[in-house]
Amino acid sequence: MSLRKPAKDQPNDFEFNSTSLEAANKIISNYPQDKQQSAVMALLYIAQRQNNNWIPLAAMKYIAKLLNMPYIKVYEVATFYSMYNLSPVGKYFVQVCTTTPCMIRGANKLVEACKEKISENENELSGDKSCSWMEVECLGACVNAPMMQINDDYYEDLDKEKTLEILDKILKGEKPRPGSYRGRVNNEPENNRKTLLDLKNAPR
Amino acid sequence: MLQDKDRIFQNLYNDLGSDLASSQKRGDWMNTKELTSKGRDWIINEIKDSQLRGRGGAGFPTGLKWSFAPKEVGSRPHYLVINGDESEPGTCKDRDILRFEPHKLIEGCLITAYAVQAHVCYIYIRGEYFIDGQKLQAAINEAYEKKLIGKNAAGTGWDLDIYIHYGAGAYICGEETALLESIEGKKGQPRLKPPFPALIGLYGCPTIINNVETIAVVPTILRRGGKWFASLGREKNTGTKIFCISGNVNNPCNVEEEMNIPLKELIEVHAGGVIGGWDNLQAVIPGGSSMPLIPKEKCETLTMDFDSLVAEKSGLGTAGVVVINKDQDIIKCMARIARFYKHESCGQCTPCREGSGWMWRMLERMSKGEASKEEIDMLGDVTKQIEGHTICAFGEGSSWPVQGLLRHFKDEIKRRNKFDPIIKENKNIPYLVDQHLLDKNA
Repeated sequence: MSLRKPAKDQPNDFEFNSTSLEAANKIISNYPQDKQQSAVMALLYIAQRQNNNWIPLAAMKYIAKLLNMPYIKVYEVATFYSMYNLSPVGKYFVQVCTTTPCMIRGANKLVEACKEKISENENELSGDKSCSWMEVECLGACVNAPMMQINDDYYEDLDKEKTLEILDKILKGEKPRPGSYRGRVNNEPENNRKTLLDLKNAPR
Repeated sequence: MLQDKDRIFQNLYNDLGSDLASSQKRGDWMNTKELTSKGRDWIINEIKDSQLRGRGGAGFPTGLKWSFAPKEVGSRPHYLVINGDESEPGTCKDRDILRFEPHKLIEGCLITAYAVQAHVCYIYIRGEYFIDGQKLQAAINEAYEKKLIGKNAAGTGWDLDIYIHYGAGAYICGEETALLESIEGKKGQPRLKPPFPALIGLYGCPTIINNVETIAVVPTILRRGGKWFASLGREKNTGTKIFCISGNVNNPCNVEEEMNIPLKELIEVHAGGVIGGWDNLQAVIPGGSSMPLIPKEKCETLTMDFDSLVAEKSGLGTAGVVVINKDQDIIKCMARIARFYKHESCGQCTPCREGSGWMWRMLERMSKGEASKEEIDMLGDVTKQIEGHTICAFGEGSSWPVQGLLRHFKDEIKRRNKFDPIIKENKNIPYLVDQHLLDKNA
């Protein structure tokens, strides 16, 4: 189990803005009439997006009221799932996969790069408070190892140099190109493709 | 090697585009109405004939699972739930289906929903795959526009709505009942079985849950016939499967191959060989991190299917092949997997919650050579205390890899851990010794 605690400094109140509210209502309508509790996970995401990548307690209370469910149930969900950030993580949230398939291809180098560029410790904001990093469990891109995720995007086939380049870019406020950094197409075996070759060479 | 014409996922590497028009060129949605008009029994029988087994890890026969759904819809509606919470370390096949072959999945949803009489389908995608989920959502929107799903979907007379539900980073939600809890808006903690979801599942209604890959192959099986699918592979282990080959190989990749393919062919032909040559191979995890590893000697002749791997005391699982060469510290690799399970335990059952942490801490010390000899057997004992004593299969999933390590690399652990704290160095470690035995005057 992972231990997760909400931040000490909490804003007093929280409310969905009009776009968030619209998105929330659309999601609530995906579920049967009296089962609106199902929407709680999606609504927490919406709150997280609206509030600079983290969820304050006030947002949980707001969502509980909106979905007509006890606050403690929302709190339970928000603390159970690891993708809900309960304290500020910065505008760019870097997650480095260090589970075995990535580890044996050198994920520790990526961690070194994050320590050099962002902050000495995990879950610590960088100097300009725009960025933080953490080690996470398998992100499900094992054939593209080692890899990391920044906000929603996957950056694959990395090494230390390329990671430093990417981090430099985000610290300057630019958005680096997601995908493979070894120039390969998706999950194909680079320069060694033995299957579906007719399709590769066929004209679109 | 499997011939290209027998590959189901023609767009695995996205050579052809994943939009509706390109998918239709590959044959998706070609004669969906004709397939469903042959009736539910025909569909279920054809899947039974194909001997398709679930691709999510457990390998349960799909046709049999569908036949558990009640024949008549009573007061409670039926649901179809697709499990796309792919989180098993070493596995990344569903992601490619979501982003490159979404229409195979959507058409499979329609046919399956018709067969099990569901009007609503939820596709549960892990939260990290947000971008890939958006691609699937675009495909779903396209299908709604062209009336392939929605009211009278694809002219079949069946109504179907498909919704995506994103997870939020919990491995345990890949377990089917935890996934249902998660859709219901609760913590993802597995339920006791029975009752099985086919009778009491989502919102207490009959629910059929299948993996993304299982559902995505259904339309092709029905088009080409269950017999065709059954002719690939071998008896009870039929068809094709997407293998994910990662770790210390020259060209890590996803590839669709026939069941029962030799492991050596997968690694040498498709993945470009082990880094440092075949002789540099140390061990292979054959089916995602939950499956016990297999040492090099056995990799020479091993074939990859459900039953032959069970015979080797391992399993095909999700077919995520992780290759570990001799440059790696095998105990550290397993300690990292144990840390994964310690992090992902849902905390519901004590043996798993506490035991996964014990295994991790012991393995960490063993990798540094700080454990005592007795602890090696104690570790084996801990795995046995977890296995079979939990609500869901997570207990097995976390203890099997450790058992695999002990089975094949015990000598390595013994060589490294000669530390004997009690007898030789007479160290005072109170939690290892019964205090009253030390007191000589007693």
